[in-house]
Amino acid sequence: MILNGNVLKYGNNINTDVIIPGKYTKTLDLSELASHAMEDLDENFSQRLKNGDFVVGGDNFGCGSSREQAPLALKYAGVGCVVAKSFARIFFRNCINIGLPLIVCDTDFIADGDRLKYQLGANILRNETQKCSYDLQEFSQVMVKVMLAGGLINYLKNNNGEL
Amino acid sequence: MAKTLAEKILSKHSGKDLTAGDYAVCAVDFMLATDATAPIAIKSWREMGGEQISHPEKMVLVLDHATPCPNQKIAALHSLMRSFAAEHAIKLYEVGDGVCHQLVLEDRLVKAGELVLGADSHTCTYGALGAMSCGVGATDLAATMLTGKSWFRVPETIRIDLTGNFAPHVYAKDVILHIVGQLGSNGALYKSVEFYGEILDELELSSKATLCNMAVEMGAKNCFICDATTNISSDHDALFSETIQIDLSTIAPMVAKPHTVDNVEQVQSLEKTIINQGFIGSCTNGSLADLKIAANILSGGKIASGVRLLVSPASKKILIAAIKDGTIEILLDAGATLLTPGCGPCVGTHNGIPGDGENVISSTNRNFTGRMGNNKANVYLASPATVAASVLAGWITSSGEANL
Repeated sequence: MILNGNVLKYGNNINTDVIIPGKYTKTLDLSELASHAMEDLDENFSQRLKNGDFVVGGDNFGCGSSREQAPLALKYAGVGCVVAKSFARIFFRNCINIGLPLIVCDTDFIADGDRLKYQLGANILRNETQKCSYDLQEFSQVMVKVMLAGGLINYLKNNNGEL
Repeated sequence: MAKTLAEKILSKHSGKDLTAGDYAVCAVDFMLATDATAPIAIKSWREMGGEQISHPEKMVLVLDHATPCPNQKIAALHSLMRSFAAEHAIKLYEVGDGVCHQLVLEDRLVKAGELVLGADSHTCTYGALGAMSCGVGATDLAATMLTGKSWFRVPETIRIDLTGNFAPHVYAKDVILHIVGQLGSNGALYKSVEFYGEILDELELSSKATLCNMAVEMGAKNCFICDATTNISSDHDALFSETIQIDLSTIAPMVAKPHTVDNVEQVQSLEKTIINQGFIGSCTNGSLADLKIAANILSGGKIASGVRLLVSPASKKILIAAIKDGTIEILLDAGATLLTPGCGPCVGTHNGIPGDGENVISSTNRNFTGRMGNNKANVYLASPATVAASVLAGWITSSGEANL
């Protein structure tokens, strides 16, 4: 699968409370959840975001709560991939588990609005606007397998319920 | 080979000889989810083909995040949890029983050396009992409900040695705020944290729980208290990624300023910051000891005009004990409003949402933008003692001069 999209760039320590405020998390209605994604950080997020776009942050992206509603809100809002220098560990696992692709690389030189291209599972990220590529941090085998399966539910179904 | 606690516990639970950086599938001893996470966990588990819970006796569900239920939609989620718990013989803690982490501590649901997963980021609290307990998301927990296992990356370990004694008016909350401020919100990212020091033997469980509870605010995977009670420690020549010494006598009352937990300063430097609301409660600082410390400061006084004080004991057992010993009466006499034991105000679901531009001083664990339900409010984090002294004064102040 090839992911193509424009960059919405944010800073360091983007926490789960601004990705999806706690007051909206108690729901199984994913489109309603998605309608509030990032609203406390960027009130124009939903207008700016086009389907498949890349949300790019700095260090410690997704710090805070265990709420899986955070990556779910991004995914169902239309985010194609999340890119950061580092991720908070629960958010990292949650993205992989729900099938929201994520990438760890140096994001300092990626600019808001840049066009990115990424083949899921590949070890480089292409910046079509700046005509350059970034080396990605390698993930463990288990993470790659779950990510390529599209998440932990599919992975377990394909694997007869075995981890 | 010498091992850290995380290496020992994950090795034992995987049947493999593991060191930091390895990946393994491990058997899980206990798991927990709340009304903020269980509905998605149940949905994911069903989509995985779940029919029977792998070990229902090793699981609890807790209604604590939105309790008593504030609206019809959440009522449906609570009903889902109740019927799921009944169907699968899972223990369910009801509305008003308390905050999940307090319940695990007071009912001793986990033991030292056990491996625990909770679908709540403050699951790291049970390191106070010596368990390796990690927060996970709902679908991760669903996989454990299905298989009894989960995959783990073995973390590196930061060792923190506490020396010296607490200065007057300084509590575990000030210590962990100081440490989060020093290490930063990613200072322990993916890591296990181990606390050592003779002082730990003198602390109540609630203070040790406060230390572990906020380890996640610097990114930690889990946190251990290594004292005579937990009777656990790393091998003496184990490899730590970092060893930190903290001289407790140098720590003053601390506050985390808006809008990040590592934005920490001494209370002294924030004196006279006007506040509109105080909150004492949560999995971090809602213990009986915390309520008594606050009552001691508020006894005979009245909170400042124009200031609200909300108090939510962390469990029903704490509430009953605090009624019996007169603590609740002192708090109410001083002007406090008593709330149901639960998470509500901390996580901004309902109860005590601050107004635009208001300042809140809170004994909780996070002060992110919008955390308490209003993205135009400011949350300052402090000890229950500092919250109590501040609502009396009407501005941020500690309960006495620290003179450091």
